[in-house]
Amino acid sequence: MDSVRSWLRRRIDSVRSEQRLRTDGGTASDAVQSETGTGLRRYLDSDAVESAPFWLPAFLLVGLFVYGAIVWNVVISLTDYEGLGDPEYGSFDLENYRLMLQETGSYSFTNAFVNTIVLLVAFTLVCLVFGLVVAILVDRDIRFENTFRTIYLLPMSLSFVVTAKMWLWMYSSNGGFVNRALGVVGIGPVNFIRNPDPNVQLAAIVFALVWQFSGYAMVVYLAGLRAIPDEHFEAARVDGASLVKMYWRVVIPQLRTATVSASVVLMVFGLKAFDFLRALYGNDTPAVGTDILPTYMVRVAFGDASRIAYGSAVAVVLFALAFSIVLPYLYSEYRRGAL
Amino acid sequence: MTDTKLADDGLSLNRIGLYAVLLGLVVFYLLPLEAGIVTSFKSIRAYGQTAPFLPAVDGFTLAQWSSAVDQLSGSLFNSVLMAVPATVFSALFGSMAAYGLTNIDWRGQVGIYVLFVAGIFVPYQAVLVPLKRFWSQWVPLHIWLEPVWYLTGLGTDYAGLLALTITHIAYGIPICTLLFRSYYKSVSDEMVEAARLDGASIRRIYRRIILPLSIPMFAVTLIYQFTQIWNDLLFALIIVGPGDASVITQSLIGIGQSESVTNFPLQMAAAFVTALPTLLVYIFFGEQFAKGVTA
Repeated sequence: MDSVRSWLRRRIDSVRSEQRLRTDGGTASDAVQSETGTGLRRYLDSDAVESAPFWLPAFLLVGLFVYGAIVWNVVISLTDYEGLGDPEYGSFDLENYRLMLQETGSYSFTNAFVNTIVLLVAFTLVCLVFGLVVAILVDRDIRFENTFRTIYLLPMSLSFVVTAKMWLWMYSSNGGFVNRALGVVGIGPVNFIRNPDPNVQLAAIVFALVWQFSGYAMVVYLAGLRAIPDEHFEAARVDGASLVKMYWRVVIPQLRTATVSASVVLMVFGLKAFDFLRALYGNDTPAVGTDILPTYMVRVAFGDASRIAYGSAVAVVLFALAFSIVLPYLYSEYRRGAL
Repeated sequence: MTDTKLADDGLSLNRIGLYAVLLGLVVFYLLPLEAGIVTSFKSIRAYGQTAPFLPAVDGFTLAQWSSAVDQLSGSLFNSVLMAVPATVFSALFGSMAAYGLTNIDWRGQVGIYVLFVAGIFVPYQAVLVPLKRFWSQWVPLHIWLEPVWYLTGLGTDYAGLLALTITHIAYGIPICTLLFRSYYKSVSDEMVEAARLDGASIRRIYRRIILPLSIPMFAVTLIYQFTQIWNDLLFALIIVGPGDASVITQSLIGIGQSESVTNFPLQMAAAFVTALPTLLVYIFFGEQFAKGVTA
């Protein structure tokens, strides 16, 4: 082992001194050189091997628990495993995916899928708009800026389980704040989380989630606003643009990166709303209007029915949904050299 | 823009309006917490009769808090036992991985790094079934480590807690790597290069240069990661399940919930017991938390 290392080292050193000699000369031939290098040498590229003790253990853990598990999940989704004994890896088919599309009715896959999309879009949009407005206000040279910012971001540090309990109490028709406030103007009491109208149920959830995460959008936008050079504001002012026009024409277009990255992260938080719904409704069956793919998957796979393979298939769809958003984002980040 | 703006409006109506809106937002963000705290000190009789955001004069009681602490103390201990090592190890692995993938330059590292970053966005549902099978069939820690559970007197339920800890470490690595990498990118390449030319090994550079430099980033990562792990429910539900080793988020769900009535004062007290560690961390290290979430 040691001799291999020392050989590698000598090899590296010679390569390196070659490179150092050439740095003032032909960079073009350097590129050609590395292109023609053998595959083996590329893989044994000194620093990759030497730095392996640092990244490899972490990589193996992530490889096993994240990527290994994802692949395994796809495989299980092709079986008809229901939790007894071992899955049969002999015969694969797409039966589970076909079943998914056929399901209709109140607690069906289709219902959960539609709810997921509506929740993600509504939650993300409202958070972004609200967060941007708050960020613009906070950016107006206020006193105690840090205190305000800290308070606005505070709900995000709480567990979904904790915030669910708080909103259960806020929405309660038995003396909760929201219904008391509505009572003052003569409305209610309204049963929000188990309202007969599924849209009201979902809106109540989205409102609570916006409360928890709009502070995050605010912080991201605030950083974006701070990164815009002062001259741009000055130029707009000199041009005589009104405040609204200045933000609309000059500022918001420059917040594209902030918007994209905040949306992606918010969607990921939105998909984690399982914890919130599980705690709010106390069991694995939320109200029908709030049944999203994450809750649906856990219920079919680990509930009484124990349709494990079917649950895996639902999870594959959920994963595909998440990565259809994340992959383009990562690609664009890669393109702009931010990774 | 800053000076002109101040000069412009001074203490005009605009300015007063601005602060009014900002204070209104403070009420919006704090009201559910305030209502929760106030309610947690009310007796079960008083809470229905008083406004949810005002303290009850007659009905003040600490009974809900002591009952909540009583019911949660076991799972509070479990959560600490799980979250502290999980946080420390995922931060450590993240720091090392970020170093190996950033300060040491080699081909293909961006490819490996992309796999790390993509791991941040994986919905937990996509791995639940395999994880459950892995920990129950492939690596049955309750059998493998039986003497440990027996000798420590913890009982085999705690195998689930260990499995949860390891799972959280693995799932924490991607975000920790991302946080450290963005920081390590700012470490000057010349310094690392110079140290290497002086004959320092990669390991030595990490210990002597990078690690001491990363202390502020460790604060950010540890705080962010602790909050994430402490707050999680889904992994605990599936990997630990019901039993002696339940973590606090699991226990909180069932508290104050009987068939007919919901005991809101008790639920609120329990919610604050659960939230207390993360709230304290946030109050003392809010700046680092903000850095963690915006990285």
